[in-house]
Amino acid sequence: MTDFGLILSGLGRKSFRTALLAFAIFIAFLIYTVLGAFRVSLETAGDASSETRLAVSNRINFTEPLPLAYLNRIQQVEGVKDVSYSMWFGGFFQEERNFLLAFAVEPDSYTRIYRDLNIPEDQRQAFVNSRDGLLVGRQTAERFGWTLGQQIPISSNIWRRRDGSNTWPVVIRAIYDGSDTQGAVAVYINYEYFDEARAFANDTVGNFNVQTVSPDVNDAVIRAIDSQFSNSRAETETVTEAAFQAAFIDQQGNLGLIILGVTGAAFSTVLLIVGNAMVGAVRERTGEIAVMKTLGFSSGRIGRIVVGETLLLSFIGGGLGLLIGWILLTGGRELLGGFSPFFGTLRFSPAVLWPALGFMLVLGGVTGLVPAWNAMRVNVITAFRRI
Amino acid sequence: MSEQALIELTNVAKTYRRGGETLSIFSDLNLTIPAGDFVAVMGPSGSGKTTLLNMLGGLDRPSSGTIMFDGAPIERLSENQLSAWRAANVGFIFQFYNLMPTMSAARNVELPLLLTSLSGRDRRERVRTALEIVGLADRMGHRPKELSGGQQQRVAIARAIVADPKLILADEPTGDLDRVTAQEILEMLQLLNRELGKTIVMVTHDPAAAKYAKRELHLDKGTFEERLT
Ligand SMILES: Nc1ncnc2c1ncn2[C@@H]1O[C@H](COP(=O)(O)OP(=O)(O)OP(=O)(O)O)[C@@H](O)[C@H]1O
Ligand SMILES: [Mg+2]
Repeated sequence: MTDFGLILSGLGRKSFRTALLAFAIFIAFLIYTVLGAFRVSLETAGDASSETRLAVSNRINFTEPLPLAYLNRIQQVEGVKDVSYSMWFGGFFQEERNFLLAFAVEPDSYTRIYRDLNIPEDQRQAFVNSRDGLLVGRQTAERFGWTLGQQIPISSNIWRRRDGSNTWPVVIRAIYDGSDTQGAVAVYINYEYFDEARAFANDTVGNFNVQTVSPDVNDAVIRAIDSQFSNSRAETETVTEAAFQAAFIDQQGNLGLIILGVTGAAFSTVLLIVGNAMVGAVRERTGEIAVMKTLGFSSGRIGRIVVGETLLLSFIGGGLGLLIGWILLTGGRELLGGFSPFFGTLRFSPAVLWPALGFMLVLGGVTGLVPAWNAMRVNVITAFRRI
Repeated sequence: MSEQALIELTNVAKTYRRGGETLSIFSDLNLTIPAGDFVAVMGPSGSGKTTLLNMLGGLDRPSSGTIMFDGAPIERLSENQLSAWRAANVGFIFQFYNLMPTMSAARNVELPLLLTSLSGRDRRERVRTALEIVGLADRMGHRPKELSGGQQQRVAIARAIVADPKLILADEPTGDLDRVTAQEILEMLQLLNRELGKTIVMVTHDPAAAKYAKRELHLDKGTFEERLT
């Protein structure tokens, strides 16, 4: 047995209480990890490349299509630098459960606007120049073991081809790595190749993807586009990508503050719970501590053992919180990453990890302080008189 | 005297201050305990027996006077020095055993050895030997709750001797035991004194228990009265 053995035996004295305390710490760190990832994503969401991007969709509902013919008129709006378009493909690979986050896009303009997909230039060219090319996110390529040049069938649960099948054979021409603002999950097929074969709704798109010359003109461009098509067959609704990503938030700063508040409240609560419980735990052990002092354990060593207990507790609970948080984030990103690019950016970053280790140290140290001080002050003579 | 004095108290006084009053327990206590002695300390409740043991064990300090242990004064040591001194020189046996409830007998006995530089292997060997001496080698893995009172006290004795201290201090070690078990414990203390040469100071209320010692000291009103057994 060593001092570590004494620490374990101290924590093991009431294992149910220890488990509850570890659970409380676990919850605090889980909240921290998940909300922390949201915060990091929000802070990086509005960076340069996406601030000039707008999404144009049908006013009725973003699932309703828009005529491709709008392209020309949007291109002519002042302040518009580039326009592309995309259509939801509803894809899967071989079986329906192999869900693909797939879009049909105009390859050249789309990859110009979404530079932050990070496609190697030669592969980008290969995708743009091939009719049946497929652009694949690294995560999805790895998931299915796809490689460049491989021919695969991708199927749609929405669209049918004129020949009656629902499968488009494609060749993988490019694999992108994504970035802080883009996941690496979605796959993109050439709109033209898709559109010429589909049996209905030809020459329509789901969204126009607009790039403006500067974020300053966004509002003007939004107004110009939407007024252009008011009173027409399909009215449009244009929003910034940032707004689209965090439609539920008006001010990102406020959400950041709320997250900070929630995390702070969780930590203060846990600090009080654990600190208080450990003070009680040490009080229960007064007699045992007096015996140890009698045997010749110094006050300093006893104090260190008590702090060792709170540190160990903090690292067990905190470590579990990080682990489960990481699993949730990874799973959540894969499940939701495609529906909104925002979820695709959620990850377990060092910006979350390092402070977490610091918090564990602080939590363990601070909650150990008072109980350790009390343990060090246990007076052997009076302790035995009380026994 | 041919034997060397292990403990020597000279003009020891002890007062407690409570509120404005001062309570004097001893005013001028003198006592010599030679190495290898087995002393029973008796006396009425409140006469200061436990206070005396605490001072001998370096848990409490005299208000004045000196306590020499093996030729060196201990009352001037710092708290940390006293801790180290206790770990090396004194074994304690209590009335209510005071074992660690969450630890096995072996781990309880091992505790004082954590204050030495012995390797894990040497520690285990010493623990086994100590438990063999008290006849509990087959109960190493038992928790205090799984042992009888007498067995717990024997584990406590093993803990008191495992680091091989010169002095053993016992405060009413049989106070919580029935007569037969008490006799076993007292015989064990006698054996430690006789065979291992441990110097023992034992506080007891029981005249029959005191008979096991080599001599009896009666503490009353701050002074000793000695009776040889
Ligand atoms: N910390 C203290 N503060 C004040 N008075 C104390 C303190 N410790 C002991 N006393 C007093 O000193 C006296 C001697 O106490 P002590 O415990 O040494 O007696 P004792 O002989 O061991 O008694 P008993 O046989 O009941 O165990 C008692 O009157 C006690 O109240
Ligand atoms: Mg007493």
